[in-house]
Amino acid sequence: MENFNKIESEILNKIKDIKDRSSYESIKTEIFGKKGVITELFKKIGSLDQDQRKDYASNLNSLKTKVTEILDKKLETFDQSEINKKLKNEKIDVTLPGRNYFSGKIHPVSQVIDEVTSIFSEIGFSVEEGPDVENEYYNFSALNTPDNHPARDMHDTFYLDHSKDLLLRTHTSPVQIRTMLKSKPPFKIIAPGRTYRHDSDQTHSPMFHQLEGLHIDKNINMGHLKGCLYYFVKKFFEVEKVKIRFRPSHFPFTEPSAEVDIGYKIEDGKIKIGEGDKWLEILGCGMVHPNVLKNVKVNPKQYQGYAFGVGIDRLAMLKYGINDLRAFFESDIRWLEFYGFDPLDVPTNYRGLSR
Amino acid sequence: MITSLSWLKNHLETKLNLNQVAERLTEIGLEVESIKSSDSNLDNFIICKILKAQKHPNADKLKLCDVDIGSGTLVKVVCGAQNARDGLFAVYAPPGAVIPKNNMKLKIAKIRGIESHGMLCSGYELGESSDKEGIIELNKKEKNIGEKYFKNTGEKTMDIAITPNRPDCLGVRGIARDLASTGIGRLKKQPPIKIDQKFKNPIKVSIKKEKGQGCGVFGSVYIKNVQNKESPDWLKKRIISLGLKPVSAIVDATNYVMFDLNRPLHAYDADKIDQEIIVRNSKKGESFKALDNKKYTLENNMCAISDRSGILGLGGIIGGTRSGTELSTKNILLESAYFFPPSTRKTSKILNIDTDAKYRFERGIDPDSVKLGLELGMCMILDMCGGEPSKFSIVGKLKDERKKIDLEPEKFSKVAGFTITSAEIKKILMSLGCSLKMSGKKIKVLPPTWRPDIKEDVDLIEELTRIKGYDKVPLINPEKENVKDTLNFRQKLFHFTQRSVASKGYTEAVTWSFTDSKTNILFSELKNEIKLSNPISTDLDVLRSSLYSNLIIGVKKNIHRNFEDLMLFEIGPVFKGSKPGEQSTMIGAMKTGKYSRKNWIEKERNFDVFDIKNDALRTLNEIGIDSSKITVSNKSKKWYHPGRSGLLSLGSASGPELAYFGEIHPSIIKKLDLKTDNILGFEIFLDNIPESRKKIRESKPQFTVSDYQKVVRDFAFVIDEKYSSGEIINLVKKIDKELIKNVKIFDVYQGENITSGKKSIAFSVILEPKDKTLSEKDIDEVSKKIISIVQETTGATLRS
Repeated sequence: MENFNKIESEILNKIKDIKDRSSYESIKTEIFGKKGVITELFKKIGSLDQDQRKDYASNLNSLKTKVTEILDKKLETFDQSEINKKLKNEKIDVTLPGRNYFSGKIHPVSQVIDEVTSIFSEIGFSVEEGPDVENEYYNFSALNTPDNHPARDMHDTFYLDHSKDLLLRTHTSPVQIRTMLKSKPPFKIIAPGRTYRHDSDQTHSPMFHQLEGLHIDKNINMGHLKGCLYYFVKKFFEVEKVKIRFRPSHFPFTEPSAEVDIGYKIEDGKIKIGEGDKWLEILGCGMVHPNVLKNVKVNPKQYQGYAFGVGIDRLAMLKYGINDLRAFFESDIRWLEFYGFDPLDVPTNYRGLSR
Repeated sequence: MITSLSWLKNHLETKLNLNQVAERLTEIGLEVESIKSSDSNLDNFIICKILKAQKHPNADKLKLCDVDIGSGTLVKVVCGAQNARDGLFAVYAPPGAVIPKNNMKLKIAKIRGIESHGMLCSGYELGESSDKEGIIELNKKEKNIGEKYFKNTGEKTMDIAITPNRPDCLGVRGIARDLASTGIGRLKKQPPIKIDQKFKNPIKVSIKKEKGQGCGVFGSVYIKNVQNKESPDWLKKRIISLGLKPVSAIVDATNYVMFDLNRPLHAYDADKIDQEIIVRNSKKGESFKALDNKKYTLENNMCAISDRSGILGLGGIIGGTRSGTELSTKNILLESAYFFPPSTRKTSKILNIDTDAKYRFERGIDPDSVKLGLELGMCMILDMCGGEPSKFSIVGKLKDERKKIDLEPEKFSKVAGFTITSAEIKKILMSLGCSLKMSGKKIKVLPPTWRPDIKEDVDLIEELTRIKGYDKVPLINPEKENVKDTLNFRQKLFHFTQRSVASKGYTEAVTWSFTDSKTNILFSELKNEIKLSNPISTDLDVLRSSLYSNLIIGVKKNIHRNFEDLMLFEIGPVFKGSKPGEQSTMIGAMKTGKYSRKNWIEKERNFDVFDIKNDALRTLNEIGIDSSKITVSNKSKKWYHPGRSGLLSLGSASGPELAYFGEIHPSIIKKLDLKTDNILGFEIFLDNIPESRKKIRESKPQFTVSDYQKVVRDFAFVIDEKYSSGEIINLVKKIDKELIKNVKIFDVYQGENITSGKKSIAFSVILEPKDKTLSEKDIDEVSKKIISIVQETTGATLRS
């Protein structure tokens, strides 16, 4: 019977001599090679008696396991020290700037359109659109604003022909007409888009954006209008409480008509929406005039409802503290990057409208 | 419309103060836009005393005065007036004050070598008299020194925005009536007028019966032996508070009545009228000089007030200088008429005249106010200028166009959302001037003559809601129910593409829908540009036919600010015609400059065509169009570099155009004087993106993976340069569509060792077997096939 203890201590002594990867290999061959110590011992198993064989094999196997483990560990220390050596030479200055990249931005007007759409989507509005070029009928007459009516003076119009029939829409309200003509009530739509007026100064630009809203059904009254706009203003400005004032006004296509003011104050040079004792006009609205409904073949005795129009650029200015309207359209990369939004920052109800 | 509390109180008994009145006005739809002190400049003028007036040492006609301006302050003022003398009380204007007559702002100035601190004023300079000789001499006492010269300038005025439906509130009385109806006070009755009018109006008036006659009623009174003069202080101050200039008692009186009652009047110098007044349609070419000192040449059918010699004025718009009143006028004809809104508006639009009278007539004057206007105007003139009035002559008659309106009280709550009692309805409507009659449950309402805007029941409902207060409208929370998708396919596509392009590093710009025709034409294939009849400026004169023209203008501006590496895009409409709907939605994107500039980590590199192609292609992929369905061809547009641009189309090269990409044509860059030679762009035609009938999840095949090894083999050919890489890839792919998964070009070379007119092209072919592991033999077979087909089809030779 072999003296496994002795063999083991001999092997361990050999292993101690391992200095590098090549001595590791040669010593490993001495132990596990074709003629290695342990290989030889395994060869003997067949020649042993039945009663000795079991103990022998068991001792040999545990010796093999132990030696293998020790050898593996040895190898690991070599790997480790080689890696460590390599790492020493691989130090770089990570504070150096990386490769160039360009990050794009979404224009505040687009962002606000997405925000507003998300809000109205929650309360059942869908989006409609209309053409930028309109004719006189859709922009004025169908909206109960006949020719030679002084209300037209409020809209300085761009014309495309000298007969003044083709024009750039002065508001998004013609979308009301187009929507109602192509379908049957009820209607519950918003229509964001470009609008144009012949006006240019610090607070007016010849092009701006509006959002039209229209809700027509059998039992819609001014209370619904009020509720809808309260909901909108609160959600849009992301405030708990909001001070709103409905003030009688006049639009030819609504009766009664109202303008909506929102309370604000200036704090540390910044505008704070929803509180304070100053008022700011943000939108116009009213109950759709029966004449408008008649023009689109909707029976005003059966159906009624409200419409509103709000300036999108103005909303963006108020919410994001932008002062100059004209800068919106000047393509100054400094302005666009400063006020623009990350393309992944999609306004949604569940993640919040804005970060 | 400007008014003050004291003026309102002429018509309204109320205990409210100015701020309370203003608040109430805004609540009922008469929005007070601002409250101002009427003229703080006038507060500058103070009563002073000349202590000593000596001769100016360097000028014979000037005096150097020591002036006491109160609170112990003495100033030195140089004065040219003969009457400046010791002990005189006068009016002093300090540096900073603006002289009313000529709007000159005073400064401390050296006059003949001596500093003058302000000036002593003449009545002429203060706009109070025509007397230019000498300074004002005041009869004051020592204690008055330092007081303001103009009294009551402290009264504040309100500027009220009057919506176009409310002509009645273009007069103070109308505003007072609205206020009274809210219950804050009582509308005063107009005092009855009793004046002896003994003789007949000697000037005959006739309204010619013609088609389109713009005048309905012409009332007039002749007043003889008047003595026109300056208006008294109280009237001048009211006129000034309206932002008008006091002219004379007669003119100021007509203006006062216009603003008091919304009743325009006009006064003629009766001695300058040639025999009679004929109200008639004008004839093309007739002309007259109007009170704004401009000569107007008329078209046919404008409402002309004329006499036997020609045009005197335009009815309801403006009078003429020929018959204008002056201080020397002795006899006047005072006109109070009704002109129809459409004709007034049309004429003033054509001639581009805007006057206070026109503003009122085009909105609708109370047709019943003709006589009242004559009475009040006449009384004021008699009070101030004396004279004897004729009997009124009122020519013409208007049909009462008002209709009785049926109002059902339930309809009110159906619209307003809250209820109101019949008693309240009656009280409010009557206080607004309506006449009412009950008829069962309905109320029959006849609106007053001064409210042309009240035509049907909703108009009455608005009145009631407005006077009750919009705060009474309940707040009904919106229902959170969706019947329809918020966005349709095109709208979703719009929003998705917008963010897809931005995520590739492009910054979104929003630019005008109009642009400079000179730039637009470079990017347009339209035969006729779409011109605006009235552009806001000459460089924004056409509707854009491409997004590129405004983008490149934007790029240029940024480059000029030294932002030379940039990526901009816009999504929006471009226009193909001038009719509604002749527009399409596009994306235009531009990049310019270098991808990397002066960088430690990588070589400097310009943006190039393959950057822009990738951006376009990846965007199309992201919006759902698989690369396998996109054909790249070298078709291009005139605004691209012909050799460095291409088209991405759907299916074949002749399929629907999805996008163009490439370098902007060098001649455009030169023409626009851009400080770069490297601008690239892509345009996506969003309207050409097909709407898939199936959701992505529905159109995807079953997920399968091959368990067999994929194999890659490389090939290199020398081939005629006319063959594009795309053609070679397609050729190879077609050889075994099942097996060949991909063909990737990894080298293209022309130059040394390659015959001119030819190029070397090297590519990897990726083979992915589905049913077995490929043997060497299988691979050889495919390789041979590839080589022979490429050689046969293109005449290429295999490169060793």
